[in-house]
Amino acid sequence: MQVFFSYFKLLLEDYTLQIITLGTAILGASCGMLGSFAVLRKQSLLGDAISHAALPGIALAFLLLGTKNSMAILLGALISGLIGTFWIRGMIKNTRLKSDTALGLVLSIFFGVGMLLLTYIQKQPNANQAGLDKYLFGQAATLLISDVWLLGIVTSISFIVLLFFWKELKLLLFDADYTRTLGFNIQFLDILITSFIVLAIVLGLQTVGVVLMSAMLLAPAAAARQWTNKLWVMVLLAATFGAFSGVIGTGISASYSGLSTGPVIVLVASFFVIISFIFSPERGILFKQLRKIKNRKDLKLFKTLSLMYDIAQTHEDISHPHQIAILNNFQGYSTKTLKELEEQKLIRLNGKMWNMTKNGYQKAAQLFNQNTGANE
Amino acid sequence: MSSSQIEIQLIASIVAAACALPGVFLVLRKMSLISDAISHSILPGIVVGFFITQDLNSPLNILLAALTGIVTVILVEFIQKTGLVKEDTAIGLVFPAMFSIGVILIALNANDVHLDIDAVLVGELAFTPFDRMLINGIDLGPKALWIMGVILIVTISLLVTFFKELKISTFDEGLATALGFSPVVIHYGLMSIASVTTVGAFDAVGAILVVALMIAPAATVYLLTDNLKKLLMGSVVVGVFSAIAGYWVAHWLDATIAGAISTVLGIVFLMSYLFAPTRGVLSVLYRKRQQRKEVMLLTFLLHIQNHEEEEERHVNHLNEHINWHEVRAKSVLELATKNNLILIKTGLISLTPKGVDFTKQAIQYITDNERSEIETMKDELFLFRG
Repeated sequence: MQVFFSYFKLLLEDYTLQIITLGTAILGASCGMLGSFAVLRKQSLLGDAISHAALPGIALAFLLLGTKNSMAILLGALISGLIGTFWIRGMIKNTRLKSDTALGLVLSIFFGVGMLLLTYIQKQPNANQAGLDKYLFGQAATLLISDVWLLGIVTSISFIVLLFFWKELKLLLFDADYTRTLGFNIQFLDILITSFIVLAIVLGLQTVGVVLMSAMLLAPAAAARQWTNKLWVMVLLAATFGAFSGVIGTGISASYSGLSTGPVIVLVASFFVIISFIFSPERGILFKQLRKIKNRKDLKLFKTLSLMYDIAQTHEDISHPHQIAILNNFQGYSTKTLKELEEQKLIRLNGKMWNMTKNGYQKAAQLFNQNTGANE
Repeated sequence: MSSSQIEIQLIASIVAAACALPGVFLVLRKMSLISDAISHSILPGIVVGFFITQDLNSPLNILLAALTGIVTVILVEFIQKTGLVKEDTAIGLVFPAMFSIGVILIALNANDVHLDIDAVLVGELAFTPFDRMLINGIDLGPKALWIMGVILIVTISLLVTFFKELKISTFDEGLATALGFSPVVIHYGLMSIASVTTVGAFDAVGAILVVALMIAPAATVYLLTDNLKKLLMGSVVVGVFSAIAGYWVAHWLDATIAGAISTVLGIVFLMSYLFAPTRGVLSVLYRKRQQRKEVMLLTFLLHIQNHEEEEERHVNHLNEHINWHEVRAKSVLELATKNNLILIKTGLISLTPKGVDFTKQAIQYITDNERSEIETMKDELFLFRG
């Protein structure tokens, strides 16, 4: 806590820290926004492959242009990321290799080439090469005001484009065939959204790094998915989760020395995912389990009630009292369930006797009808 | 070559072979990305194991890390089963989180752990000969060689013993279950082997390049053969070749050996991807073009057969009537003439007897819906393919 307070105090004073925080917030928001589409399109692992595939582009851009200017390097990353993406598509389309193999191949081979080039660059007699390995795990501290501008502009553009094509993209997500029959150009929409995902990944490399960038894309979206069934709510929530992961992660990693930003941001985002998985009211594991237990209990109650109904039916007066003991060889009842039934005014208890109320008889008859109706 | 150079190449080859074998089954079972998930998630296991044993290469450490890998597989499957996210997202969520924990553990204990982040990514193949196996003071060779050798031998003996079961369950899971082989046992058996191999190879080639060593050889050879035994042998050959070639590339560039090995693997795969007969991209594209042209030839012949009118059969009007570009029309005409299917007299096209025959048979086959017959018919009647 102490660390956090001093961090926030610092945040108000320190210009660099403000820039970094703003940058990671924008990055997180744009990743969450575009990540929602990746997750819903089942392209989750494409992000992993693309981010790894960007590494040789980073190294080559430095090797050929001799500059560490982040624009030039991002351009290299973008090109090699796109080459990776299209190779994956080509492999799936033209050969018998499945998408998992194609993704794994591009991921590991491009990364291997990238590492080969990076280690080659490190051995070069050139004082300028240091710092390229920040692209492996990310170093938010290296964000400059120009980088934040770039992030802001690209995020705004992708936001506007998303709004502009909102209806079409939504349709594409949930029913691609229908979209095609309506006459929309699926291929265009597909390339549009994929390019923006690649762009978001490339922009995040400096902060989160090649290795863990995919989680930045997935985790906020996967967390947001648990809370809603509406696309726009999901996108907004994912952007919020992403922004918070970015800011909190950067804050933590800035408070300890020697921590790369990437892993910390990813852990914060994963924390959001765990919370969402467990506590979301509709889909969460906790409430699902509770509902399951309640359903099981209800079922037991109804079983007892229907047994009572069978007994009460044999007597002319339905409210004639019977002994509790005759329910004995039936497993579904306990004093607790009987009390619960009494609370619901379905039966009346009187010492060791029970009798059905009118209410209970009707309810049981309904249940009975439903059961026999379903069996016929 | 110095003795340590030979040892490095030997270790690299054994690592490559040990990875290639389980890799074949991962590729065939569409679980390639599980290798990615395992190789990332064992990192916290390795680090924690190191805190306990103080030795990266102790068997306990390897076991602990391999256990982490299996836990990851179980975790991924658990998340998939809850249905909260789609399958691939489950993998994508678990392994970055585990890897992050590992990286942070290393960073926080940088002074105690002799692991550096670079080594996590690409391994330290160049240093493996320096960690010797000493028993009673006698030098028995590099430790990594022993560890990977044992893993390779165990993998091969399991593969030979359970070859039939693996084969059937890979290609027909229903049949395997009906025959009484438990799919669960085979699945987790394979996952355990993959996990142990990954941990063993981790030291040498790092977290990400293990994936290349596992699936690239299998993917390369899978485009060349349909025979499982050939696929296994071929993958080992490709893996070992790339390991040795990669060593020399790295030597030449003075760069990371593991990166160079996966670069060579990439090049070998690219060759197979482009040039593999029948399954390579070039031959697939060539075949697609050929089929497209032959279908056009068939429509063209049908058109000629259906029309007696002169204007419909005139060379100059073809592109208007069948809506073809001039170049395309010309190439189809050429193919038809070469095969003696049509005659062109003063600009008018008519079918030869052979052309009439071909068209009739083709219609027959199309209406009978026996498309494969058309291919044999083309072989009989065509002198030149499209």
